[in-house]
Amino acid sequence: MTAPNGQESRRSTTTQATLVHRARARFAYKPADVSPHRRVQRPYAMRLWAVRHARFLEWFYSRFANFFLKLHPLWNAIGYSRAEKPVTFIERQVKGLIFDCRMCGQCILSSTGMSCPMNCPKQLRNGPCGGVRANGNCEVEPDMPCVWVKAWEGAQRMRRGDAILAVQKPVDQSLRETSAWLRVTALAAAERAKIPADQ
Amino acid sequence: MTREPRQQDENPAGADLPLDPLPGHSSRGRLERILRRGEFAVTAELNPPDSANAQDVYDRAAVFDGWVDGINAVDASGANCHMSSIGICALLTRMGYAPIMQIACRDRNRIAIQGDVLGAAAMGVANILCLTGDGVQAGDQPGSKPVCDLDSVSLLETIRIMRDEARFLSGRKLTTPPALFLGAAINPFAPPYEFRALHFAKKIAAGAQFVQSQYCFDVPMLKEFMKRVRDMGLHEQCFILIGVGPLASSRSARWIRNNVPGVHIPDAVISRLAGAENEKEEGKRLCIDIINEVKEIEGISGIHVMAYRQEEYVAEIVHESGVLRGRKPWRREPGPDDALVAKRLDHILEAPNEKPVEMVNKAIGHGMAD
Repeated sequence: MTAPNGQESRRSTTTQATLVHRARARFAYKPADVSPHRRVQRPYAMRLWAVRHARFLEWFYSRFANFFLKLHPLWNAIGYSRAEKPVTFIERQVKGLIFDCRMCGQCILSSTGMSCPMNCPKQLRNGPCGGVRANGNCEVEPDMPCVWVKAWEGAQRMRRGDAILAVQKPVDQSLRETSAWLRVTALAAAERAKIPADQ
Repeated sequence: MTREPRQQDENPAGADLPLDPLPGHSSRGRLERILRRGEFAVTAELNPPDSANAQDVYDRAAVFDGWVDGINAVDASGANCHMSSIGICALLTRMGYAPIMQIACRDRNRIAIQGDVLGAAAMGVANILCLTGDGVQAGDQPGSKPVCDLDSVSLLETIRIMRDEARFLSGRKLTTPPALFLGAAINPFAPPYEFRALHFAKKIAAGAQFVQSQYCFDVPMLKEFMKRVRDMGLHEQCFILIGVGPLASSRSARWIRNNVPGVHIPDAVISRLAGAENEKEEGKRLCIDIINEVKEIEGISGIHVMAYRQEEYVAEIVHESGVLRGRKPWRREPGPDDALVAKRLDHILEAPNEKPVEMVNKAIGHGMAD
């Protein structure tokens, strides 16, 4: 819960926040809209397009996952670890273009209305924070539409939009910069191999 | 020692002894007892000092004495640096207050947080409020690195796992799990409005047992949210405390609206303040009016008074709104290790003081005698 910090001085003391705020004007040049998070300096057009076409992307993604799974023998022949590097490169370019992907390595786009939650400055994977502005923009970056406002819009367009209600585990930071596509495929292949073995 | 009249939440073997756990309760705290008994709870927020003086914390807690059921120890609210919430909780539990420890995911990773949860529970903290935390840009050190390793929902789940399954997130066993009453924050006054109730349900699924809301200045909006909450039956699974607070003036209301993330203040409120003769008095009046409206809404179990820099008005506001209905919240909540501490204090007070100079002289004297 927030409390205001520099409320009008009922007491004459100046808070540290006020001092910092005043000092900010004296700083050397600082580009506009900087945030402590690395941000792709790109308009949000593609990201918003992805949310508008969440249903199509959902359909496409399920086909694509099946296609990747069909290629499992190929991945196995090359070796998953050897395929990792080129696939990660392609995945970064493609998802980076469409979703402003941050390569967390554990993609949950289908549970977040095709709006990448890692673009949230707080990297929230379970829903919006309480600071969303009345116009639906982000608290930290005032010109960016809140990724969770968009996620909710996208989820309503999707066939399986209910996935947004699932509680997500914390990000495994050790999987950063690895391919989520290959991991999902390997897991699905292992699952598929297990079923006949059980029977 | 003056004997206070016997209260409901008291160990029959002695008022200074810790309470026995009740069936169905996850903590030994009084906040949980009061809420589960169906009484209207009142919590307040302690203004954290910018000092290393314990007396500052005691003074600031003393104004709430006998008026609130729990004191929120904020964790660098608004991303402004203050005394840490765990430090405040250590001092408050020492004095027998019932703190609600806030944990913001902004400043610490999962290793630090899980350690702090164990430490807090060991000190006698019975309530923890899980927050994401305001962005660092809002505070006095906008150049710091936000951690955000967990988010509020995964933090709730982490602590629930520690409590119910007696293990860390990694699976390593805990010998004594923390007995905690888990809280979360809700903000029904920020978009996406239709998602807010579902998000609340998600927090309950992750382990929230009570929630405290952001400042409520727009009661119709809250009513709409509560209607959705009742339709989903969430008010039966979780205790809802609504955040309220007095506004100092119309100017500060405008400032808060523009600068504090997530606070929604309708124009009607500001014009009511601006039109009043004594804006401060009117701000308090407005707060009491909102409390009176809020307490009638079905499904609301209490209020959370955030009177930043106006803490001395909390008692007045609670008294004049009559939310306690004559109930007197406890002044002191015994901690689990109070007896041990008392024994040690006796030892310190009674044992003769050992002064280094005397000790040396004594040793020399012995040496010479030999």
